Amino acid sequence: MNPLPKSHATPARAQRVSSGRYSLGRVFLEGLTGQRGWSRAWAKATPRERYRVVVVGGGGHGLASAFYLATEYGISDVAVLEKGPIGLGNVGRNTTIIRSNYFHPENIRFYEYSLKLWEKLERTLNFNAMVSQRGTLNLFHTEAQRDLFTRRANMMRLLGVDAEPLSREAVKALVPLVDLDNGRYPVLGGFLQRRGGTVRHDAVAWGYARAASEAGVDIVEDCEVTGIARDGSRVTGVETTRGHIAADTVCLAVAGHSSRLAAMAGLTLPLESHVLQAFVSEGIKPVLDVVLTYGAGHFYVSQSDKGGLVFGGAIDGYNSYGQRGTLPMAEEVAAAAVTLLPGLARLKVLRQWGGVMDMSMDGSPIISATPLEGLIVNGGWCYGGFKAIPAGGLATAHLIARHAPHPLAAHLDLERFAAGRTVDERGAGPFPYAH
Amino acid sequence: MLRIPCPWCGERDETEFRYRGDASKVRPAADAGLAAFTAYVYERDNRCGWHLEWWLHVGGCRKLLKVVRHTLSHELHAVGGPEDQLSPPPGLTR
Repeated sequence: MNPLPKSHATPARAQRVSSGRYSLGRVFLEGLTGQRGWSRAWAKATPRERYRVVVVGGGGHGLASAFYLATEYGISDVAVLEKGPIGLGNVGRNTTIIRSNYFHPENIRFYEYSLKLWEKLERTLNFNAMVSQRGTLNLFHTEAQRDLFTRRANMMRLLGVDAEPLSREAVKALVPLVDLDNGRYPVLGGFLQRRGGTVRHDAVAWGYARAASEAGVDIVEDCEVTGIARDGSRVTGVETTRGHIAADTVCLAVAGHSSRLAAMAGLTLPLESHVLQAFVSEGIKPVLDVVLTYGAGHFYVSQSDKGGLVFGGAIDGYNSYGQRGTLPMAEEVAAAAVTLLPGLARLKVLRQWGGVMDMSMDGSPIISATPLEGLIVNGGWCYGGFKAIPAGGLATAHLIARHAPHPLAAHLDLERFAAGRTVDERGAGPFPYAH
Repeated sequence: MLRIPCPWCGERDETEFRYRGDASKVRPAADAGLAAFTAYVYERDNRCGWHLEWWLHVGGCRKLLKVVRHTLSHELHAVGGPEDQLSPPPGLTR
């Protein structure tokens, strides 16, 4: 491994190139002048020797944390260190769904805040993230499930979040492909959150990286953290493949690998790493204009703008760092797909991949200070990390800047496990593979 | 697809088994205190490497198995009963 040289005298900010503001007028202008005026969306920074804040992990949460630190909390002396290139981790490997249909009030408030930030994200970032509020529809198949979903929808509506019950007929009208009368799991109805939907996930990474870079944050790619420097119980910086970088605060935003990074600082987290698969079919004409979830198995599907069906199911089920899926879960997901949407049985799967999740002990994320001074953890996202990127980033920035948890994320601290106030949406107990 | 050699039933597909988590955790003494019980119930080493874990043979003998499996390659090193003391291959930590 060849350590790359570090810049010493020149601050990276001097070399920063602005990508300029994106607008319709500029598209026209560039069209007339041979598209020669576009520059890199974000500056490829060379790491300096010290920063006020170092964020480890250039995924959605890391980039969003850095962006909000610079724009909302006035701290732009920040570096985001990414092992590879921006956008190739979990932020580019998920099924792109946004929603806030939770049951616990603290979860509803947090994810609803995130949804509100999604709604204005493109204006905030000046980047087309293709935010599409096409609605998320959860189907139920038994009377008991109807009661459960109704209870959840009532909780949401009490907090001012939209949730709408749909009859069988309304489900059929919205998604004609659904087999209402499956012999084993007939569809009794559904709940629709109209403000839910999808977002182009790569654009989220690119948009935050560009906006953070513009705000003065150093985006350092190809810089793997190999150690965490400590002075007693205080974290003083990180060791990387590009040398030592000192920092007042180090924030880990490396969901999937949080345990490994925390172990470098001598911490053990309440997490297991598991693989979650996602699939894309060949492109077909528009057949599905909502995000649809199946209530009799773990299966969710939406149709991308290119025409492919993007779908997934549950985690593979045992600890794994292998970024590849196993066949039994692929088979289970396919079985759920053709049970719910039999008309798609002959559709070919084009791509399949797996990403590593931090599965936490109560199924809820962690945005928390740690027993080590100067070390913040943003992780434990299970399979809900994507939708939480804006709120997660903002809450992490708040915690770093104010040394106190954001009011909407105060319940996501590490202390909750010992204190017995876990936030267990599923009621599955301390078994990460069951969430 | 894992093929797990059950000591009682022979080699079977992973779909016959149910994963039951980290088997290296030992229940502390009743008076060990909050920190010890928090570590036992919630904290996991979560290694990228050899992992000692429980599998329940629900679709077979319904017995609990201890398995040493690699969490990156998914290779199985050893399988035994609940009382067996299994350890990872010597000299390899990941």
